[in-house]
Formats: sequence, structure tokens, C-alpha cells
Amino acid sequence: MARIIVVTSGKGGVGKTTTSASISTGLAKRGHKTVVVDFDVGLRNLDLIMNCERRVVYDFVNVIQGEASLTQALIRDKRVDTLYILPASQTREKEALTKEGVERVINELSETFDYIICDSPAGIEHGALMALYYADEAIVVTNPEVSSVRDSDRILGILQSKSRRAEMGQDPAREHLLVTRYNPERVERGEMLSVADVEEILAVPLLGVIPESQVVLNASNQGLPVILEENSDAGQAYDDAVARLLGEEREQRFMTVQKKGFFSRMFKGG
Amino acid sequence: MSFLDYFRGKKSGSSASVAKERLQIIVAHERGQREQPDYLPQLQQELLAVIRKYVQISDDMVQVEVDRNESCSVLELNVTLPER
Ligand SMILES: Nc1ncnc2c1ncn2[C@@H]1O[C@H](COP(=O)(O)OP(=O)(O)O)[C@@H](O)[C@H]1O
Ligand SMILES: [Mg+2]
Repeated sequence: MARIIVVTSGKGGVGKTTTSASISTGLAKRGHKTVVVDFDVGLRNLDLIMNCERRVVYDFVNVIQGEASLTQALIRDKRVDTLYILPASQTREKEALTKEGVERVINELSETFDYIICDSPAGIEHGALMALYYADEAIVVTNPEVSSVRDSDRILGILQSKSRRAEMGQDPAREHLLVTRYNPERVERGEMLSVADVEEILAVPLLGVIPESQVVLNASNQGLPVILEENSDAGQAYDDAVARLLGEEREQRFMTVQKKGFFSRMFKGG
Repeated sequence: MSFLDYFRGKKSGSSASVAKERLQIIVAHERGQREQPDYLPQLQQELLAVIRKYVQISDDMVQVEVDRNESCSVLELNVTLPER
């Protein structure tokens, strides 16, 4: 049985795709057979972040509509061989993701994969609903900022009332809070909500804190999931999050202002 | 403001603490709304229509809420009449 995990947020541009890419890569690197599915029909981006945009032949909607098999559509990652990507369709309507179609694909993926990571589109409409519908767990990506926190609470409400688990009266999906684009300096100056504030408002267990980092942009420019930048702060923060997802205890890092040491000042950005 | 906040030099008037307060209020409000039954907006509209047969009131002068307790639910109806 696969663990089906949705990466969701309500709000756009908070780091869902960045997170989906890194979490799936991290799980696969630890030897788990992992597939990351792009639910953002019409705004495909995961392929760029995973550096496989030129290898897309068939997509999720092709599989749903029987125009291609899953094996034809899945793209094997060039860096981590237990990792596969199922790209979103760039040309179809979001409604092409039917409940039955998505269920069929998820069931088929469940037969061979240990982890299915669903990268949700923004919003609370059909696409976002489909991404979370079959989830056993949800990673709620939140920026320490008012509209992101409010939207996260909204999507949590939808998860609790409109997912398959909710409709079938099963145990609710397990929720994880991932605070991203965190800037401890601004928190210290009282300009940004702290992790504790966000945790208190949303009341969801904390999976991790990803600092605001230039490395994320650099990595995405190159089509590299930032978790593979193993010496970077954001990369290590994602690695911690993956470890916690697998039940390991890891102390929270990157939550306080780092006093720059001699070496990191010399090799700027380290 | 907690002792620790004070220690860190975080003022209770900082923009982050304003954000936190506003969020706590709106999130609590929206959670309350979420737990309301689906028929509530319709019920509110129909009640409004009935009351308007007798008194001219605006939309926001009728508040309908369901309070769920362990043992029972209470339908709470609040109608503000215009000043005479
Ligand atoms: N921790 C971070 N630090 C700096 N920039 C980030 C971070 N996480 C995401 N970003 C940037 O934010 C933008 C939106 O990220 P993305 O993952 O595409 O969000 P979403 O999928 O939620 O729309 C991208 O430009 C990305 O590089
Ligand atoms: Mg995205």
C-alpha cells in the first residue's frame, strides 16, 4: 500500500511545487519507490523544477482518457532511479481530472509505488480538490504571512470535510505543517509571524521550517530539486522534513538568526 | 505579550503581533462558519422574506446560527428591528 501525500496550501506561490520536488526526491533517495504527480493542469511546472520538461510525451490527462498507458506517461528521474514524475497536461481543462479517472490512476500507482506525492494547484477549486481527495496525509505549505495562513486554514477545512476519507467517515488525513520562506531576522524584528504563531493559529503539528533562501531560485533555474543542494540551508531543512516524515526525530533548525561564522562570511552564501 | 517576547525586544504593537491577532479572530470566525449546516443561508433568506412582509429590514439585520453542544443543537435567531 502506497502512502498518498498531498502538498497543498490554498494560496499560490508559497512553495508547493518546490516542496513536492524536494520531498519526493528525498524519499526516493532513501530508497523508497516514489512518484510525484503534477495536478496543476494547464500550468505545468513540476517538470521544469525536476528538469524533465523536454522528456514529456504523454501526461496525466492522456492516461485518464486512455490515450496512453501509465508506463508511457511516467518519466524516470535521471538522478535518483527510484523516482518517477507524472506530468500535468498543459493544454486541457482542469475538469479533465475526473474523480473516477484520478482514482484509477492513483490505484494503479499504488500497486508499484511506496509514496505518491500530489503537487496541488493553488485555489480551492476542482484541481485542488482532486489533488487532496485521495490523500492519506497532507503537507500544508504555509508562508508566515496573513493571507497564506488564512488560506491554509481554509484548505484544512476542505481536507477535513471534502476528502474521500471525510466522505467515507474514515480516519481523517494526517496533517503536517511546513512553514516555508521563513526569515528569522524579520521575525526577530517583529515584522514576520513566528513559527510558533503559525503553529498556534493553525494547530497542526510542525513538519519543518524552510528558510527563505537564494539557493531555491538558483536550484530551480537549473532544474534541481533544492534538497540535492546538500550543503545549503534550504536543502538541509527539506532533508530534515523528509526524515521526520519517515518517523525520525530531528531537532528544528533554521528558526533562529544564524550568527555568521568566519568561513561562511568568507564563502558567502554557504 | 509573553515574557519571552519582551526579552527578544518584540513589542506588542509590532506588525507581526497585529497580524497574529487579526488572524486569530478571522480564523476562529471562519471555523465557526464552516461548522454551520448547509441549509443556513437558504433559511436566512426565507426568514428575511417572511419578516419583510411586516417590517422593513436589511439583510444584515437577521443573524442565524446553530450552536452545537454535546447533547443538543440550538438554532439561534437574532433579528434587529429598525428604530422607531
Ligand atoms: N524557501 C524559499 N526561499 C526562497 N524562494 C522560495 C522558497 N520556496 C519557494 N520559493 C520561490 O517561490 C516561488 C513559488 O514557488 P513554487 O514552489 O512554484 O510555489 P507554488 O507551487 O506554491 O505556486 C518560486 O519562485 C520559488 O523559487
Ligand atoms: Mg505549483
